[in-house]
Amino acid sequence: MQNRLANNDHGQRKGQNVLLNDEVRMLRQVPMFAGIAPAKLKLLAFTSERVAFRAGDVLFRQGDDGNAAYVILEGRAKVLLNTPNGEIEVAEISENAIVGEIAILCDVARTATVRAVTTVEALQISKENFKKLLLDFPEMTLEVMRVLADRLIRTTAELTAARSKEQALH
Amino acid sequence: MLDSNISRYIWRYTRMQQLWILAIVALSMVPYFMAFSLPKNIVNGPIQGGGFETPDATQVFGRLVLPWPGGEVVLFPGVALDRIDMLFALSAVFLALVIINGLFKFYINTYKGKLGERLLRRVRFTLVDNVLRFPPQTFKRLKGAEVASMVKDEVEPLGGFAGDAFVTPALLGGQALTALGFIFLQSVPLGFITAALVSVQVLVIPRMRRRLLVLGRERQLTARQLAGRVSEIIDGIGTIHAYDTSNYERADIAARLGRIFKIRFDIYQWKFLVKFINNILASLTPFLFYSVGGFLALNGRLDIGQLVAVIGAYKDLPGPLKELIDWDQNRQDVQVKYQQVIVQFAVDDMLDPAIQTVTPAVPAALEPPLAAINLRVVDDGGGVALERVNFAVNPGEAVAVVGIAGSGSDTLAEVLARQVWPSGGKVTVGPDNLLTLPEAVTGRSITYAGSDGFFFSGSVLDNLLYGLKNAPQPRADAAALTPARRFQQIESRLSGNPDVDPEQGWIDYAALGLDGEAALLTHVLDVLESVQLRQDMQELALRSCVEQANHPALAVQLVALRERLRQELQERDLTGLIVPFEPGAYNAEATVIENLLFGHSRRHDLVAEEINANPFFFGLLKDQGLCDTFAEMGREIAANVIGLFADLPPDHPFFRQLSFMSADDIPAYKLLLQRLEKPGTAMTDDDRVPLIRLAFEYIEPRYRFGLLDADLKARIVTFRQAFHDTMPEDMRGGIEIYDPAQFMDTGTLLDNVLFGRISQKFRDGADQVRDVLTGLLHEEGLYDDILAIGLMFDVGSGGRRISVAQRQKLTLARALLRQSAYFVFNRPLSALDTKSQERILTAVLAGLRARAAPPGIVWVVATPALAAHFDRIAVLSDGNIVENDTPAALMEKNGIFRDMVAA
Repeated sequence: MQNRLANNDHGQRKGQNVLLNDEVRMLRQVPMFAGIAPAKLKLLAFTSERVAFRAGDVLFRQGDDGNAAYVILEGRAKVLLNTPNGEIEVAEISENAIVGEIAILCDVARTATVRAVTTVEALQISKENFKKLLLDFPEMTLEVMRVLADRLIRTTAELTAARSKEQALH
Repeated sequence: MLDSNISRYIWRYTRMQQLWILAIVALSMVPYFMAFSLPKNIVNGPIQGGGFETPDATQVFGRLVLPWPGGEVVLFPGVALDRIDMLFALSAVFLALVIINGLFKFYINTYKGKLGERLLRRVRFTLVDNVLRFPPQTFKRLKGAEVASMVKDEVEPLGGFAGDAFVTPALLGGQALTALGFIFLQSVPLGFITAALVSVQVLVIPRMRRRLLVLGRERQLTARQLAGRVSEIIDGIGTIHAYDTSNYERADIAARLGRIFKIRFDIYQWKFLVKFINNILASLTPFLFYSVGGFLALNGRLDIGQLVAVIGAYKDLPGPLKELIDWDQNRQDVQVKYQQVIVQFAVDDMLDPAIQTVTPAVPAALEPPLAAINLRVVDDGGGVALERVNFAVNPGEAVAVVGIAGSGSDTLAEVLARQVWPSGGKVTVGPDNLLTLPEAVTGRSITYAGSDGFFFSGSVLDNLLYGLKNAPQPRADAAALTPARRFQQIESRLSGNPDVDPEQGWIDYAALGLDGEAALLTHVLDVLESVQLRQDMQELALRSCVEQANHPALAVQLVALRERLRQELQERDLTGLIVPFEPGAYNAEATVIENLLFGHSRRHDLVAEEINANPFFFGLLKDQGLCDTFAEMGREIAANVIGLFADLPPDHPFFRQLSFMSADDIPAYKLLLQRLEKPGTAMTDDDRVPLIRLAFEYIEPRYRFGLLDADLKARIVTFRQAFHDTMPEDMRGGIEIYDPAQFMDTGTLLDNVLFGRISQKFRDGADQVRDVLTGLLHEEGLYDDILAIGLMFDVGSGGRRISVAQRQKLTLARALLRQSAYFVFNRPLSALDTKSQERILTAVLAGLRARAAPPGIVWVVATPALAAHFDRIAVLSDGNIVENDTPAALMEKNGIFRDMVAA
């Protein structure tokens, strides 16, 4: 059975009919999922939905209730922030990036808007399924915690740098 | 109406028929007794040769003589017949008498049946008529099922009894008296003995049966209560499940059945005991004949011939006597049942029939205002719901009633709409008391809608139009009555039923200001718009199936819409949102079985679960070599799923994602796979079937196991064509093949327009399609037709097939369809969120204010903030009106209303 699936993988055209196993491979590139066993990732992929966005489509909008995270499988998207001074672009994301995970972990409204730049293929992981996976597989929770802590360290470092720059200016 | 004595009741309504049937019965006695004596004549005469002593002797046959004063009139001189001819002539007469007797019996029984059925119809109608005239408070303690069981079952024996009520005692009593008289003629002492024993029988047995009647009454009551409880279980099933009280209900029902059993068993015991005693008494008489009569005969005080004659005459006595006693038993039984029923229907304060007379004419406009004067309402518990309330509303004025639950605001609305009767004070319309006006006036001039309007089973449209059916409209072609209808009319009158045809037009279009039926639909749709039900109706319509034969034009238009929809999606850059069914191509978004069948199946053996029950289909799969391919595919699906889900507990929500396998199936598939893994194991058909079923449900874009390559897809399409080409004739009717140019009767309207599957790839694809489709339906002018189909949706018993919010909106819509001088709304939208409530409330108010004659509106609002839209606000607290002024004035004032809005 494994052989046959593997054979099929080779025959895939890129961008069309990406299979579960491809999705698993791509999920492994996402830092948050890198340390998780392939079987679990496959389950995550299976229970998630494949969605496509056209260039210009909005994946989600700042302020909306968050009910899903997205793993970009193909294409590029912009992360935008609404500020009193208008919309500013804070980042551009592409393949293997995960967006929207904050909202589904903390039950807060979307903190930014994400808009597709090119055609985007993404895996939509619903809040319910994601939380269920975290509960069922503690090692996954640890992994997510590690990634979040990592980010916190980076953010703190950036903040420190910004503060010292600010002080230096005064 | 309902006499407490059943015999009197029957006599009152069937007097003439009873007399007629008695006369017929008397007349039927003539051939009956002739047929009795004839066999003796045949035997004595032609057979034994009485009167034919010589071979060529003849006798006169058929001589008819009418006795006349001073001689006799010979009607027919008769013919002389010899012995053989006489035998045949007499036998022919015997046959004729048998037939005549049979015909009499036939006529009498039919007539009695008809008489009984008419009476039953009359009783049943009177009972329901009474229910319709009960005062409102009666219904608080009435159980529907009990009333239904009374109307349906308990009065049923009445019909059977009515025909026998007078005929039977007359006939049997006559027979018994004749026999007794004959005994007296033979021997006076034996006559007295017989009379004494008969009177013991006639007096004692019914007395013993009294206990039976008591038991019968209990049986009736317990059975009625059982019906009530069963219907309570059905009404309360949600609560029973929620509180896990099903076993309590079981115990209760079992206990009731036990009680009923006990009663019924007692009845049997008594019944057979009485029968036993009756039999003993009946045989005591011959015993006395033999002993006393024999003793008298031996002493020479009685002639032996007389004794034999008495014994012979006695043979005819017990039969009629027994039947007479049975009849009496039946009479008492029916009497008890009847009384048990009518006491339930004798209610005080019943509405005068005049209040509900059929009134086709539009009632004259009421004089304003609709007012409550010194109104006092006391509820069942003795609490005061309203105390000395004075309130008035004029046409054209919109008044909001505000008050928390228990403040009396609901009661005020109910009293104004005649739903509750005042305990003191009164509600007036102009100079008249509301309760004395006919319902034809109040029911049409005042429209009421509460939060729990009732829905009759039927379509949405039936329920919407229900409030318009006040009186039958005059028929244009009065002469064109069908014979069946004419029969119904005559019978209705004979049973005291109204002869109004429910199928006749009941809607007065002119009174609604409409041109006719066509304009009605527009009116309905406008109202649905104002209560925001059009979207719901569209959904209902798109999810329902219609037959092309019933909607030929629409079917063609919907088929044409398929292409328009695809173009529209293309223009909106949504190409591929619908993957269409194309006869020569594999539809990736549909299941394998859908691709194989490529049609809507109407047969039970053309669905995935049962496909192996269809030898033709299964055989064709084998021929095409697909059986093994699908089995192999199923095996891989099973292996994949087991791999994915192996570590999950069976109740895990992820299993919901699997459409083709449940958690319970996994162990079985695991075993199957393990067995097949063993080298040298050959797959049997029994192994293949469950695997093939998995393959059938597979959709590649959803499960993404990578099991469908181009080659397999091509083979499936080839199979499809072979299947369609070689399908046996009888199967052809069982499947509606997808044809881009054809409407499908078995598909929903949505299926018909989409004619394909919505791609999984688009987020919220179904919503996007729906938006585009709604726009297209409007553009193509099909929207109203679709809504009209939605209006045909069956709301189910009590409207349970639609949601509470939909029911409330429909209740409101049903009210708004009417033309009334006053509208009373009692928290009509309590199930909706505040935003929707406000949207609908403003739309409804605007619509009513824009009418040619703006009505007076009393609206009990659920949220004080909504009261701002009205001309005046009445605030209730503890059964009193504490504030009554314009919204602006109340907001100025530092009163209760301001506090309520602020809260």
